[in-house]
This record gives sequence, structure tokens and C-alpha cells, in this order.
Amino acid sequence: MKISTAQLWVHDQDEALAFYTEKLGFEVRSDVTLPEMGDFRWLTVSPPDQEDVAVVLMAIPGPPVMDEQTTRQVEELMAKGFSGTVFLTTDDCQGDYEQLKARGVEFTETPEERPYGIDCGFRDPSGNSLRLTEVKLPANV
Amino acid sequence: MAFVPPARHLLEVDDLARAAGLSKAHFSREFRRTFGESPYVYLQTRRLERAAALLRNTDHSVAEICLEVGLQGVGSFTTSFKRMYGVTPTEYRAAGAPASAHAVVPACVVRAYGRPQHRTIREDSSAIQT
Repeated sequence: MKISTAQLWVHDQDEALAFYTEKLGFEVRSDVTLPEMGDFRWLTVSPPDQEDVAVVLMAIPGPPVMDEQTTRQVEELMAKGFSGTVFLTTDDCQGDYEQLKARGVEFTETPEERPYGIDCGFRDPSGNSLRLTEVKLPANV
Repeated sequence: MAFVPPARHLLEVDDLARAAGLSKAHFSREFRRTFGESPYVYLQTRRLERAAALLRNTDHSVAEICLEVGLQGVGSFTTSFKRMYGVTPTEYRAAGAPASAHAVVPACVVRAYGRPQHRTIREDSSAIQT
């Protein structure tokens, strides 16, 4: 068993696509609009060297797929940053932080030392939180 | 995320040489000696492979894909693509199944979204379980 795709709700798929590809440096894995499914757009992205795992950038549906109340609840959770988190790892948290910041990525936490390494946090345009961690290997390994 | 490529900037030979900490000329020479092809040809091959994947897995236009993989003009893209794959990008796409057949859209999503959007009975307020 392997993880293939995990889903994030996004407000606007084009905006999300621009963020994940142009700011974060991810690549598009699939981008297909299906007219027979009411122009449903299946849009997935992942880091350049991880072709077998992707994040689905899913538009929040309205009725009849999702009732209006649920749509509102999802939007509220996203606005608060509680609808989902993507955890990323890197071998240079500070370097990535500086690059991403220079590209206008909005950070909620700057790089900080933790017991497990160093990490920082930021949000995508829909409010989803992302954490970027440089994992420190235990000294006795 | 070991390496974050600059936004909309695709790797050039200069970037590879810098990453290796060598001068461009020295890097190119050593690269060719080690891998049997120049770094430029290597990059070009990766770009065309990426373009082929996008032709298969997305419905982006040929012109969009050309820019997405960092090639300058559709004309030279078509020529180099044909040299590598024997067909033009448009022919390559037409020969394969449409991107919608490649996209692994889960059945629960298909059920939910593939449902007729206009119903006469009032059921819009009830969500579908996916």
C-alpha cells in the first residue's frame, strides 16, 4: 500500500495552481476538465522528484455535490487554516524559507529550532497551512 | 523539497554547473565524459519527456505546454519533439488516449460530480456521501 494522492480544498484552482507551481516549484501531474461531469477539474501537483505522490487541488463544490451549509463550513475552516495541512521536508529550511519569502509566500512562522530539527510554516492562497521541516537526525544514528 | 526551483525559471546548464561548483566549460566537459551526452542535450531530453507527460496527462494546449517546460517557441518545440518521438506534439496527443482516460479520478468523485446537475425534485439541500 502506498499514498498516491491526498486532497486539499482550494478557493480557486487557477490561483492554487499558480501558487504551487510558480511559488513552490511543484509540477502539474494531471490537469483534466471533464465536461461530462459538469466541467469537474481534476488537478494534481507534486514536487519535481516525487512523481508518484500528488496533492489534488479540489474546488469546493456547490449543490448537488455538497449542500450550501457544508460548503460554508468548509470555507470557514479554510479561512481559519484548519481545513488541512501539507507537511513538507527539506534539507535546507532556512534557504527554502528565504527563496519562498522572496517570491512573496506569506509565512505564519519563521524558521525555528525544534527538538526534531528546524521548521517554518506558511499558507497557500486558500488558507491551507503548509509546514516545511528540515529533520535533524538523532546524534547516535 | 530538497531543491526549490526558482519560479518559472527552468534549469539551465549554468544552474547545473553552479550547483556542482564548477565552471560551465569544465562542468560540460566532465558531464559529457561521465554520462556520454552534453548537459544541454540532457536538459532538452528532460524537457521533452516532461512535455510528453503533460500532453498525456493534461488538457493544456501545445503552446502552453511548450512554455511550461521552458522551451521558447512552438516551432522549435515541434521540431525537437518530432526528432525525439517521431511525431509532432499534436499527433502524439491524438495517438494516445485522451488525458481524461489517464487521470485517475476516483469513483466516489465521479459518482458525486457525474450526477445529473439538474433535477426536478428538490434534493439540492442533501449532500452526497463520497
